[in-house]
Amino acid sequence: MGGVTRHLTWRQRLSRWDARWAPYLYVSPFFIVFAIVGLFPLVYTAYVSVHDWGLLSGKGEFVGLDNYREVWDNPYFLKQTVNTLSIFVLSSGPQIVIAVVLAALLDTQLRARTWWRMGILLPFVVSPVAVAIIFGSLFGDRYGVINHGLELIGLDPVAWHTDRFASHLAIATMVNWRWTGFNALIFLAAMQAVPRDLYESASLDGASKVRQFLSVTLPMIRPTMIFVVITSTIGGLQIFAEPRLFDQTNARNGGPDRQFGTITMLVYDFGWQLRDLGRASATAWMLFLMILVLAVVNLVLVRRIGSLGGDR
Amino acid sequence: MSRRPGFVVYGLLAAFLLGSAAPFYWSFLLGSHTAEIAAQGVPPLLPGGHFLDNARRAIETIPFWKAVGNSILVSSAAATSTVIFGTLAGYAFAKLRFRGSNGLLAFVVATMAVPTQLGVVPLFILMSKLGWTGTTWSVIVPSLVTAFGVFFMRQYLVDAVPDELIEAARMDGCSQIRVVWHVVAPAARPAAAILWLFTFMATWSDFFWPLIALPPDNPTIQVALNQLQSGFFKDYSLVLAGTTLATIPLLVLFVLTGRQLVAGIMQGAVKG
Repeated sequence: MGGVTRHLTWRQRLSRWDARWAPYLYVSPFFIVFAIVGLFPLVYTAYVSVHDWGLLSGKGEFVGLDNYREVWDNPYFLKQTVNTLSIFVLSSGPQIVIAVVLAALLDTQLRARTWWRMGILLPFVVSPVAVAIIFGSLFGDRYGVINHGLELIGLDPVAWHTDRFASHLAIATMVNWRWTGFNALIFLAAMQAVPRDLYESASLDGASKVRQFLSVTLPMIRPTMIFVVITSTIGGLQIFAEPRLFDQTNARNGGPDRQFGTITMLVYDFGWQLRDLGRASATAWMLFLMILVLAVVNLVLVRRIGSLGGDR
Repeated sequence: MSRRPGFVVYGLLAAFLLGSAAPFYWSFLLGSHTAEIAAQGVPPLLPGGHFLDNARRAIETIPFWKAVGNSILVSSAAATSTVIFGTLAGYAFAKLRFRGSNGLLAFVVATMAVPTQLGVVPLFILMSKLGWTGTTWSVIVPSLVTAFGVFFMRQYLVDAVPDELIEAARMDGCSQIRVVWHVVAPAARPAAAILWLFTFMATWSDFFWPLIALPPDNPTIQVALNQLQSGFFKDYSLVLAGTTLATIPLLVLFVLTGRQLVAGIMQGAVKG
């Protein structure tokens, strides 16, 4: 390109200017929108969180870390943090195990394979709100079909909406129902990318199918595992629609004693029910930090587990 | 692993599929019986004849058609805009050399980890200042483009558009924007369709922000379902008929485009 700068025509100049600035023009919409609805809110949340800030009255005095202290001292904060973590563990753990098994089942010479794949993705079309309504009815305390089934096989009915652990189980079931098939497809794609000759040499070495799965498949899909665990951490800790709609009392705070209230529900409660944006912001920031810490912890954990399976 | 699966594999998959479909059927089943039967617990396992009746009552209880209209508007606006801006930025990151491109791309990837949901307080303050709270604008604008969309299109376009083709077009005197229109856009079409579908579905299902931003008389369908569920007494025949009805649009979309969705998830998994 160099050395011909002297005799540029107007057209060539325009073309150069175009080549130089067009890329910035193309990427700018993303950065502008992200700056307004992503970056600015994150930073400004911190600003709001150190002020008295009413939903209607607007900005008040600077109060330092008072909002954080108040949230921290609020008994519901600890309770709803524990609830969130409990629901998260109950949903992401089984979900990933089942999704991997399901993917292994799909990674065979199935007949009509596209139909099976579409079939397991079906729950994904139901929005979390609708899932929560439907499962709220399935898990009905008195007349639900799940309790009906339990009674048929001679077990006691479970108080799904009042017992703390049972409610977490019910909510985790909703998340699992909606996402397992989706994640199975992601694992399936990863499994299909595993070079087939690895399996051949493993079976020549006399490794059984199960052994092959443990020492070839699992280590090879580790990067995908990390991806799924991180995204489910970010999504899972923000869970809101499922527990809110599962609550059948009119307060909608996650059960009469908030047995299944989550942190995002606390953000909503502080901000739009108690009309205190300062405390809502402080809660949001604490949740953000929690997600960050847990994402890193999970990353390390999955790496560790993956490297135990086989040495790469 | 390439082997012919036996009955066990088919059996397990069929059981899983049954579990995936059962809640749909339950929703329709309770929605098709009278309120009295639905209130007494497990109804007869064959649908009753009251679905349309219950659905009509649900439609009268909430601003149903307005909600569906809003959801279609918001979701298609978000999907279309995400595809356009995602393709432009994805192309720039995939094929154009410019100062800072690596750093900016790393930034895009990093922002995927930022839960934008947590920015609701400032977003609400901003929308109030602009006077947009209560309007569908407040829901459309934050979802105009996503980091995922940019990254997804970038990953696709790296391989889909040969560098020679772009160079040839530039040699012929095509301006950058004409290259995008005549070379990049046609090549991007398969990925763009998938991105459109996923963005549409994600926006359609979104609940937290629309609940905050929109009033009861101008809701999206998710916010309207929330109202339907919060009556003083629970009439599950009505609630589930409404829920079934509200799920039909995405179900139709799924039937029409399920293949592409499956392909899209699997493609994204390998590339991402």
